[in-house]
Amino acid sequence: MKKSAHHCLLTAAATLMLAGAAMAQEPIKIGFLSTFSGPSAIVGQELLEGFKLGLEQKGNKLGGRPVELIQADDQAKPDVGRQHTDKMLERDKIHILTGINFSNVMLAVAKPAIDAGAIVYSINAGPSQYAGSQCNPAYYNISFQNDTSSEAMAVHLQNKGIKKMYLMAPNYPAGKDFLAGFKRYYKGEIVGEVYTTFGQLDYAAEIAQLRAANPQGVFIFLPAGMGINFTKQYYQAGLNKTVPLYGTSFSFDQTMLPALGEAALGSFASAFWAETLDNPQSKKFVADFEAKYGRLPSPAAANAFDGVLLLDAALTSIGGKIEDKAAFRKAMENVKFTSLRGNFKFNKNHYPVQDFYLTEITKNAKGRMMMTVREKISANHEDIYVKDCKMAAN
Amino acid sequence: MTAALFAEQLLNGIQLGVMLFLIASGLTLVFGIMNFINLAHGSLYMAGGFVAAIVYRYTGSFALAVLVAVPAAAAIGVVMERLVLRRFYGRGHLDQVLVTFALILIMNEGTRMIFGPAPLLIGLPAMLSGSVEILPGVGYPIFRLTILLAGLLVAGLLYLIIMKTRLGMWVRAGASNRPMASAMGVNVPVIFSLLFAVGAALAGLAGIMAGPILSVQVGMGEPILILALVVTVIGGIGSIRGAFIAAVMVGVVDTFGRVLLTPALGSMAIFILMAAILTFRPKGLFPVHG
Repeated sequence: MKKSAHHCLLTAAATLMLAGAAMAQEPIKIGFLSTFSGPSAIVGQELLEGFKLGLEQKGNKLGGRPVELIQADDQAKPDVGRQHTDKMLERDKIHILTGINFSNVMLAVAKPAIDAGAIVYSINAGPSQYAGSQCNPAYYNISFQNDTSSEAMAVHLQNKGIKKMYLMAPNYPAGKDFLAGFKRYYKGEIVGEVYTTFGQLDYAAEIAQLRAANPQGVFIFLPAGMGINFTKQYYQAGLNKTVPLYGTSFSFDQTMLPALGEAALGSFASAFWAETLDNPQSKKFVADFEAKYGRLPSPAAANAFDGVLLLDAALTSIGGKIEDKAAFRKAMENVKFTSLRGNFKFNKNHYPVQDFYLTEITKNAKGRMMMTVREKISANHEDIYVKDCKMAAN
Repeated sequence: MTAALFAEQLLNGIQLGVMLFLIASGLTLVFGIMNFINLAHGSLYMAGGFVAAIVYRYTGSFALAVLVAVPAAAAIGVVMERLVLRRFYGRGHLDQVLVTFALILIMNEGTRMIFGPAPLLIGLPAMLSGSVEILPGVGYPIFRLTILLAGLLVAGLLYLIIMKTRLGMWVRAGASNRPMASAMGVNVPVIFSLLFAVGAALAGLAGIMAGPILSVQVGMGEPILILALVVTVIGGIGSIRGAFIAAVMVGVVDTFGRVLLTPALGSMAIFILMAAILTFRPKGLFPVHG
């Protein structure tokens, strides 16, 4: 009898242990919503491939638990993103929503995801709303706040004593945000501030006006195709020889430099990460990425990779229990990991505090165009919206 | 605005117009003469750009890129016409819009699958890059002058062929009254196939000429297609002369609109122009169909 009771107890304990193990092996479900079709598909690809490389190096586990990745294409449209998000939340019961590259998509999907109890984890889009008054314990951004890259370039030009600048951006919300960020820190004369049509093809008229205004430098925020159009045309007009082009990494990263070629040479970009950043983890990442995908990574891919490292570090510290909201938040806010960017920590609005670098576009020995790091512009740069953030206790 | 700047902007406007004419000419031929709405014209433009970029990547020669890409675009156009579009000549415009829109999506995603989403590079030979001084202190890119020249050449050739040759007469006859032209012994299906191939080749040429100044990437055809449609409608559907005049008008109005008006108004300028012209001439400036 006694033996039997002992046996029962053992069996029960073993069953419990098995249950515990099964619980730990329950996958962490990550919804990866990004743009995989149309002209912006390049960003989605960079983010996904950076993220997948990170997962691969972690044995497809985060905090010891397997990961199930559910992908969806938002087609760069907020309404499509919202539909996919609803499906991921209701049918797939995702724990984490990530991958979003456009701020307008983020603004459409973050609230329903948070309301449904999921974590919103941005590896790219950095709208000001969630950095400021709408900051939320369940929302994390590990990439950048939209304004900060142009703020960094403004700091550099201000320090360098450049007196007359010409500014150009597309006429849409992010364009205005980027130039507002620039003007926040640049106090010299602005001899022209031009907003061009979104998706504009030809910039000959703007380039002629710009030459007539005779600035010492031009600051552009023209992402993707617009940046390529403008930079090629600026180069052919021969203006790059006398009036240097300044921008952010969004206009000069590795998704664009191969298509720009010589036209980008000698331009300057502010960046939180560049493919030439000199630290061992970053060098290893660039080599691994190139070995796997046959091209150099952009800062978007680096941030996605960093995103996996950060999540893994936070989840490992709490034994993978993402379901424990309070423990997860504490683990995230105090996370320690070796970022590709070197210096990284979360601000109280869950946006990054990080360093910005000045890079120059140069041609390396292999004939490839690179963002070459020249100097650190600012250390521990934080966004200005953090002052409006009253982060809820839980 | 100084006189020199004004002259430069005028040249910019004309040059933009001529580039728009390069793409609109093929569209207006197909649209006007075959009465067929081919939204996939922009995809042929993209095909020209991509083939040129690939040839350039492996050979480093811009001239070779042009020589390969123009026939390649024409060939893709012919395949498209033979396999799909031919079956839609007798159908309504809505069916044509739907099928060619589907072709846009297929071409875009197909191109993305084959070449990836990253934009490609088309470089220029030394003699076409750089700039020449057209006014004291004002350099003008040589390549933009090349586009201007190419556009004028195409316009002149098309004018000569359509107005002065027997082939051109058949084309005009088919445009004005298709059943009557058929009854008079013009082999309309052959003319149409030929015309479609020429339209595709022109789209391809436009794609190549745009390559060195615009981003060669998936989806490059759609923004320019919208402008080409505006040009076609203003010029009068099917009229090469109308397309040329309308293209230059659109180029100049767009350029000065961007420079002189606020951003919102400037981007609307050409559409206001279109609305104004269509109010007074609902069939465009030089209508072909009576």
